[in-house]
Amino acid sequence: MKISRIGVGLVALAAATSLVLSGCAGGASGGNSAIVSTNGSEPQNPLIPTNTNETGGGKIVDSIFAGLVYYDAAGAPVNEVAESITTEDNQTYTIKIKSGWKFTNGEDVTADSFVNAWKYGALLSNAQLNSYFFDVIEGFSYDEDTELTGLTVVDPTTFTVKLSSPQSDFPLRLGYTAFFPLPQAFFDDPEAFGENPIGNGPYKLAAEGAWQHDVAIDLVANGDYNGGRKPANGGLKIVFYATEDAAYADLLSDNLDILDGIPSSALASYKTDLGDRAVDQAAAIFQSFTIPETLEHFSGEEGDLRRQAISMAINRTEITDVIFEGTREPARDFTSPVIDGWSADLPGSEVLDFNADEAKKLWAEADAIAPWTGSFQIAYNADGGHQPWVDAVANNIKNTLGIDAAGAPYATFAELRTAVTDRTITTAFRTGWQADYPALANFLGPIYQTDAGSNDGDYSNAEFDALLQKGNEATSLADANKAYQDAQVILFKELPAVPLWYGAVSGGYSTLVQNVQFGWNSVPLYYQVTKAAN
Amino acid sequence: MLGYTIRRVLQAVPVFFGTTLLIYFMVFAMPGDPIVALFGDRGVNEAVAEQLRARYHLDQPFFIQYFIYIGGVFQGDFGTSFSGQPVSEILASTFPVTIRLALLALLIEMVIGIGVGLIAGLRKGKIFDATALVVSLIFISLPIFVIAFVAQFTIALKLGWARATVSGGAPWEELILPAVVLATISVAYIIRLTRASVIETSQTDFVRTAYSKGLSRPRVVRVHILRNSLIPVVTFLAVDFGVLLVGATVTEGIFNVPGVGRTLYQAIIRGEGPTVVSFVTVMVLIYLVVNLIVDLLYAALDPRIRYGK
Amino acid sequence: MANKRKSANHYVAPFDEKSVDVIDAVRVDDKVSNLWLDAWRDMRRRPMFYISGVLILLVTLVALFPTLFTQVPPDLDCQLSNSNGPPAPGHILGYTKQGCDIFSRIVHGTSTSLSVGVIVVVMTTILGIFFGAIAGFYGRWVDAVLSRVGDIFFSIPYILAAVVVMSVFSAYRNVFIISLAIGIFAWPSTARVLRAEILRVKNSDFVMAATAIGVSRFRILMRHVMPNSLAPVIVVTTMSLAAAIVAEATLSFLGVGLPTTFMSWGNDISQAQSDLRTAPQALIYPSIALSITVLAFIMMGEVIRDALDPKERATR
Repeated sequence: MKISRIGVGLVALAAATSLVLSGCAGGASGGNSAIVSTNGSEPQNPLIPTNTNETGGGKIVDSIFAGLVYYDAAGAPVNEVAESITTEDNQTYTIKIKSGWKFTNGEDVTADSFVNAWKYGALLSNAQLNSYFFDVIEGFSYDEDTELTGLTVVDPTTFTVKLSSPQSDFPLRLGYTAFFPLPQAFFDDPEAFGENPIGNGPYKLAAEGAWQHDVAIDLVANGDYNGGRKPANGGLKIVFYATEDAAYADLLSDNLDILDGIPSSALASYKTDLGDRAVDQAAAIFQSFTIPETLEHFSGEEGDLRRQAISMAINRTEITDVIFEGTREPARDFTSPVIDGWSADLPGSEVLDFNADEAKKLWAEADAIAPWTGSFQIAYNADGGHQPWVDAVANNIKNTLGIDAAGAPYATFAELRTAVTDRTITTAFRTGWQADYPALANFLGPIYQTDAGSNDGDYSNAEFDALLQKGNEATSLADANKAYQDAQVILFKELPAVPLWYGAVSGGYSTLVQNVQFGWNSVPLYYQVTKAAN
Repeated sequence: MLGYTIRRVLQAVPVFFGTTLLIYFMVFAMPGDPIVALFGDRGVNEAVAEQLRARYHLDQPFFIQYFIYIGGVFQGDFGTSFSGQPVSEILASTFPVTIRLALLALLIEMVIGIGVGLIAGLRKGKIFDATALVVSLIFISLPIFVIAFVAQFTIALKLGWARATVSGGAPWEELILPAVVLATISVAYIIRLTRASVIETSQTDFVRTAYSKGLSRPRVVRVHILRNSLIPVVTFLAVDFGVLLVGATVTEGIFNVPGVGRTLYQAIIRGEGPTVVSFVTVMVLIYLVVNLIVDLLYAALDPRIRYGK
Repeated sequence: MANKRKSANHYVAPFDEKSVDVIDAVRVDDKVSNLWLDAWRDMRRRPMFYISGVLILLVTLVALFPTLFTQVPPDLDCQLSNSNGPPAPGHILGYTKQGCDIFSRIVHGTSTSLSVGVIVVVMTTILGIFFGAIAGFYGRWVDAVLSRVGDIFFSIPYILAAVVVMSVFSAYRNVFIISLAIGIFAWPSTARVLRAEILRVKNSDFVMAATAIGVSRFRILMRHVMPNSLAPVIVVTTMSLAAAIVAEATLSFLGVGLPTTFMSWGNDISQAQSDLRTAPQALIYPSIALSITVLAFIMMGEVIRDALDPKERATR
């Protein structure tokens, strides 16, 4: 899960991972030396792959590193450094890498570059924010420093990974930031590396100190890069904006080439402002609000009725049309339409349709079990621009069910998350999920599985857990997806979280660039953008 | 005068400790664990969180945290941000930008505010006076984000007279538009203050004496009225300089100025104690110097005010 | 012209050592007993007093009894189908983004906004006068201590203050708390302006005269220096009423304002901001309400200031 940040009205909603191939020519040929500028935000952490878990840093790290695989525009993994990734039991994987890859300081990319990087990222005392990505590898521990015994280097271009349980989607995860390789230079001085990282990706830092904090970072095409993401431009200038409004103003005046987030003040007008340079496509982002199991009136039989009533009281179509100007798509399930295996009409999904009569009826049935008291509140962080939709949802509930409903703002993201993490929160609260890698399981397991890391509502259902397990162990993607779909049928009935809509990437580009396309993860495919040299 | 100045400089010491303690306490009292926020919507890995808390001393009691910070400051170490950047570097890159922006805004305020206020005061009750009142009211009753958005949209985007945002190095000419926006609110104050002060001064005995001596009106206005009316205005300008240093959050955000207000706001929201405290401390020191200069200016503007006794 | 001669006499008088005691003793008493009464008499002669008075009365009435002015509930039955809609029968100003009635929200928001303005002004004025007057008049170490305390408070970014105050009191986010957050760090500007004015006034001839005849320091401060130093304070105060109401909007914009369950002009203005280009009415009308209120208070401030100034009064 990459965190999109906050701020005044704010910053880019977009993750960052690797990008896609399109038959563009290499970066060294003439006429393509122009630098493409794009929006970003100041990275929250040093630029180390295993410690980068938010979009500001992710966009940079994904451009300067190449992992085993990258994702094409549709989200399918394509081998990048990997020659092959094979397994027979979904538990032990053999990974062969291509030879001839080099880091920009001249070091070779070997099996050790991956194994050492992963071991570093997993080690407890290194306190890496992405360490949980390695928790499926044998030898991982959350409680003490242990060696990842599941990683074995066979020869300079081969290593094996043994997982502690079968995971059918493990190869899909390998394009995520956390799994990038690191050169020896990193281990010599991690602190200096975080400021001036050395990668093996399509771009590299323009110079020592290219990261001008709070202002911008300058990247240039890496001439030695020979993978599928060969840049068709001379480099990238990622400009850090405090607000989307500022970035949008620059886009309109051609000071900025590519923008991946339209401010809410321009949602109504950006398609007219930009014409065919406007971009609007679905993203791997799922938005919802979670009703904790411990909330009074929301457990057992009564809870199921009330959850369904609230879900049916929300007119998702109207809210997405009016509040988001049609740039969001009403949710039909718990995942995202850009993911393989998504379906719009799973059994039980009618609970997501606006149905005032049915909602009132279910609410009355719940009242018969125990009469309703109090007010229904949805907590949100006020620094993230969530207020308009929270107010609209609250008004829907208020108007349909005739109960008191309101938004409950928390001043900062930190404050809201602390209340959620400590379980001191006594209201429903907004939740969102942006996929790290394109798989249905990534939307379900981490959030609704019993005791899962991000199961903020403490949902638990043995039948659901069993179906997830079945999906993880399935040998074909189709079988796995079938199990994940069946698991969602249970969620529709019990609604641990009420699905609202899918995020979308709304963006645009200037008159100076061509070939702009956005990937499955809402990040523009920068390497294929062309710009006339000036 | 020299003794007075030295004493004022010495007073900066308790102010320094008072401010850092107060600010550190406020950041400490902010609810919400900044480390939890680093994990985003994803569940927190407690063991990793513990490590990080220890690294930033967040697991220590308040006074220990404060003394660790202050100890570092005396060795020239202002701490580091979560992104690993030394706070001293952030200070060095943001303060020059914001100080330039604030000076530009002050200049605009002074020229327009004192000019309009003087004319309005001399022509009290006339049409110019009334118009100045209404116009300044409109600006004062609009929040700055509205003024900023409208200015950016019309002046920069529609008319193309300025760049919509400020680029990396923050060159002077790009700072003009944000400075004008920043100045709008204070201009209203300065107009009102100058006007009130000019009206009062115009009725003093020495002004009457000046007229009766047969001095020309422009000379009386310049030498007698204006100079004697400036004390409250100068005070306000000094106060406003402080406001402009930290209070430009919204404007700096909208025009993407890489300055103090924007950075400080982000640091507050993220709960980065050392960054917030260091910024405010530098702010206070600048502010103390400005106030000292202003107090010395009083004596220059009004010979009856004397210090050092 | 007659005035000029009169003042000239007064100006000369203190130099006449023999008669100082007699003349000034009487005059001091005269002025004191009449200052406020004179001001009141003077004010009632001015049309601006009545205009601003009626406006303030009206705003106060709306704040106290909103239901006298509108029957439409401000937060119930907000339908998104009316979002940013034009005026309709019974909804004379149209609708907000959430489909609520703009007029009703302005009427019901009056009390919040007015209260924020008034509480902040009362708070900053009391603290500002206390710190400013004492610092300016007594000078030396008293000035040093009070002014430096002011500097510390002043240098705290009000956003930080608001985040902390609003979070610490998250269970009781109400008008008083947000006023506290705005006001507690705003008073030093009033204090500094007053201090500067007092530094100027305390060297005036009439103060020296009062000192010469043995009037106590505190009495001089209260009876002579203060009334003559209030002009800029009144200007700053009436303006800061406006600034406080607007600050509430800015805090909402930054996400640390009052919860949306509170109707306030600031909340509405900050929410309407995102649709500024397509539906400006939701922003313009609350801003107009704000401007009118502020205008009324500034005019009233002007009248009081003029009335309090004896020289000003004399010219009328």
